Amino acid sequence: MPSLKDLKNRIGSVKSTRKITKAMQMVAAAKLKRAQEAATASRPYAERMASVLANLSASAGAGGPKLLTGTGSEDTHLIVVLTAERGLAGGFNTYVVKLAKQKIGELRAEGKTVKILTVGKKGREQLSREYGDLFVGHADLSGVKGGDFSESAISLGKKLTKDFEVGEFDVATLIYSQFKNVLSQVPTAQQMIPASMPAEAEDAKVGNALYIYEPSEEGILETLLPRYINTQILSAMLESAAGEQASRMTAMDNATNNAGEMIDSLSLQYNRARQAQITKELIEIISGAEAL
Amino acid sequence: MADKLHFSLVSPAKEVFSGEVDHVIAPGSEGEFGVLVNHAPFMTTLKNGIVRVLENGATKMRIFVRGGFADVTSEGLTILAEEARLLEDVTAASVQEEIDATLLKIQSLDKDDSARITLQEHFDYLESLKAALVH
Repeated sequence: MPSLKDLKNRIGSVKSTRKITKAMQMVAAAKLKRAQEAATASRPYAERMASVLANLSASAGAGGPKLLTGTGSEDTHLIVVLTAERGLAGGFNTYVVKLAKQKIGELRAEGKTVKILTVGKKGREQLSREYGDLFVGHADLSGVKGGDFSESAISLGKKLTKDFEVGEFDVATLIYSQFKNVLSQVPTAQQMIPASMPAEAEDAKVGNALYIYEPSEEGILETLLPRYINTQILSAMLESAAGEQASRMTAMDNATNNAGEMIDSLSLQYNRARQAQITKELIEIISGAEAL
Repeated sequence: MADKLHFSLVSPAKEVFSGEVDHVIAPGSEGEFGVLVNHAPFMTTLKNGIVRVLENGATKMRIFVRGGFADVTSEGLTILAEEARLLEDVTAASVQEEIDATLLKIQSLDKDDSARITLQEHFDYLESLKAALVH
């Protein structure tokens, strides 16, 4: 049976924990709003770009640039794992890493060479134990301020395009957490290189034959594809950031509730112990008086 | 309305403009071009410059864009810009401030840093934006 003082200390410490989790929840909620806006705002651009590219690639056919058609083999896979820089966000990072591990396992079972590039500290930490020898690079997001990922996305995109051109890998897949809504973030694997077209690409074919291209179809494709990759990375980063905050908000809400429950049960225990002590003292006094 | 052109301009950060207009003049990499309603399907890359939106023969809006694409389909004109700003929202002083900040950032980076190229592009954009404002 813990003493009254012990109980009091524990209640105090749980109370301050509750304050911290409550504060974290509120911060996450505020950040979520901004991150969600940024993610939603970037969607039209990504969608338009996908439809423009779908138009182009439908007419480009097999003779297109390598970024679109691939190198012809798919022996070396690059897995880009996009996670958060911080933990304390429920299962957010773990789910992404889990999907990545599953994907890596599948590819290795097929006898492919797998390389891993991590974005965000948490994914790197969780993967390093098992696949540390496969790491080929890491992109740090900790310097990003105010949710402006465009610079990081562009430099990562450029790196990928360059590595692809010198033959470092044949296929690049991005694994990130897609932001569905505040309550659900879905870990998603998306093939970036060679560029995979969205499913509705077929509908966009209208009037291809009449298109006028300036300077030329190939010229446009060549400038468009690297940008498309950058855009994909950017929107993945924004979605991931929004998901991270949403996930943290939920996790911290749960933690706050749990702390509240714990305080209730500890207070109950404390009151009982105090009552028991008072009763004991009374009995002692009464029996002392009776003995006289 | 059938005799209006649907025009939308999006940048990665946000949808800058979307609506029905009469006429849009954009800086294509091969020269300026105008788009009216029922334009033939057309696609081009853009250079840094001003996209002008005309309504009833008068300029309604001027947007400064950096790089990107214009795509004209039967549904209208879509411009995908790397960066876009409404000219009326910026002043020469605020652009100058940004130029200085960007220059500082560029100098603080290593020569072979890939972020440097990105910043350099941003810097060029700001420089040409400043030039456009002076006119």
